[in-house]
Amino acid sequence: MNSNSFDLREKAMWVWKETLAIHRRAPETRLASSLSPIEIFVALYYGGVLRFDPHSPLNEHRDRCIISKGHGSICMYPILSDLGFFPTGELERVGKEGSFLGGIPDPVIPGYESINGSLGHGAGVATGMALGLKRKGKKDQNVFVVVGDGELHEGANWESFMFASQHKLDNLHMIIDDNKICMLGNTDEIVSHQSLSDRLISFGWECEKVNGHDVFAVQTALQGMISKDNCKPKALIARTIKGRGVPGMENAPLSHVMSLKPEMIDKLLEQKQ
Amino acid sequence: MTNKTITMRDSFLTRILQGMSEDESIFFVCADFGAPALDEIRKQFPNRFVNVGIAEQNLINVSAGLSLEGYKVFAYAIAPFITMRCYEQIRVNLALLSQVRQINVNLIGVGAGYSYVVSGPTHQCYEDLTIMRALPNLNIYSPADHTTAVALFEKCVSTSGPKYLRFDAQVLPVIYDSIIPDIESGFNVLRKGSHICIIATGYMVNTAIELSNRLARKKISIGIIDLFDITGFNAELFQSALLPYTGVVSMEEGFKGCGGLDAMVFDFLNQQKMDMHVMNIGVPTAYSFELGTRKSLHELVGIGADVVEKKIMNFSNKLLL
Repeated sequence: MNSNSFDLREKAMWVWKETLAIHRRAPETRLASSLSPIEIFVALYYGGVLRFDPHSPLNEHRDRCIISKGHGSICMYPILSDLGFFPTGELERVGKEGSFLGGIPDPVIPGYESINGSLGHGAGVATGMALGLKRKGKKDQNVFVVVGDGELHEGANWESFMFASQHKLDNLHMIIDDNKICMLGNTDEIVSHQSLSDRLISFGWECEKVNGHDVFAVQTALQGMISKDNCKPKALIARTIKGRGVPGMENAPLSHVMSLKPEMIDKLLEQKQ
Repeated sequence: MTNKTITMRDSFLTRILQGMSEDESIFFVCADFGAPALDEIRKQFPNRFVNVGIAEQNLINVSAGLSLEGYKVFAYAIAPFITMRCYEQIRVNLALLSQVRQINVNLIGVGAGYSYVVSGPTHQCYEDLTIMRALPNLNIYSPADHTTAVALFEKCVSTSGPKYLRFDAQVLPVIYDSIIPDIESGFNVLRKGSHICIIATGYMVNTAIELSNRLARKKISIGIIDLFDITGFNAELFQSALLPYTGVVSMEEGFKGCGGLDAMVFDFLNQQKMDMHVMNIGVPTAYSFELGTRKSLHELVGIGADVVEKKIMNFSNKLLL
């Protein structure tokens, strides 16, 4: 798949609008944390990084991608439907009776690998998959896991980080949506991840930082990560803004469960026309 | 089968070792917990063995990931740690995920009940039947001897889904020295009796045998059912096995009245509309720090043969009134 940076930026804007539109129809969805990882997912899915088959989502030749911060991935719904994992008409029914698109995505959704929040599980399962691929001698497939900075409070993540470097899982790629806000406030004021990259490096990971809203920079960083067979698991800390593009929600410490009024969403979508 | 003295753990791991040489999809994961037979697995199959360290949450998550990649996984640790330390990992990444994905992860928990006698309540395990029963899609096996444990291996590799095998840590007497219990029915009628039948699981099957011998000398004939498949036993056959009796005694080395074997028996009788008198033998709901032999600890908490003999005699007298 080939996309230039202009297309990716356009795509990210389209995803942003679709995510707001979904939230307008299903206000129980977590909007703020779904707006911070948009460029991460656009770079992964449209930027030629992740290999997938919408008609055979669990095809063994796919790259694996676990979205550990499930709550904050409502923006994946328009992406997966756009790519053909399921009909776009399903987006009209998010959160409604009979729909498979819930407030927190479940693995019944075509394109979702595994459990996506409850938080703190994705990195460990991704590690097991990366180990399984290595031990089977499958060198072509990569494993990606998208986590939030807040969920790194869960200790099970760090058990898997130690393990992944011990076993030289360089097919494992973690992208941290570093929006720096948990449910009750700033991550740094709750339990800080100060010097997160140093911590990961000291755990034996290779770590890079990027502006998580520069989709081209994210794409470049991801392509660099997957091209390296250096016996190290890799982390990309993508600095992002929770609630990005929504005045009053951007970086608001209590934005996690904030819902927008329909008229506010209409106004925002109108401004972006 | 000979009367060789061997733990369930060692006999089962030896069977896994043999299985690994025949089936390349078997992977063994442990949380820094060993056994002599495990050393052979490590040596012979380093590519399908991994030790996650003292990290049971990661044990489950890595096992789930390996299973998603097509491996049949055996995950091995001490019973309270592989069930309670990582309960939500089991719930989410095994029980829940197995409803929509092929997951074959077999949790081997060593140290059922009081079997780590001198290690105290942290390493003893009285809650596992209760909490594991609460999880859908997960099967629980609780063998009483090493013959049964070994016979479960085939079930583990041939059936998809998460499973919990509750093993004793001690060398226990061989119950099945000439026959292998029928794994598919999930239980075995060890003795037939009149009026009262004991339904026991794990170590308590031994206590049930001792009780049956003692009571036989007093002309009280007690039936014994060894229930080793707690979740998937054949209900029709089980009902038939209970039909001759008017009273049933459940015996478990776990907390009483908390949803373990006793609750399973009540649920079963209720579902089958069987009107039977029931007595439950289990551990009172408190932790104990006393040291002693397993038998003396059992007497102390009211599940030993001496105490239960009296309880069953009273139960029997009431039934016959």
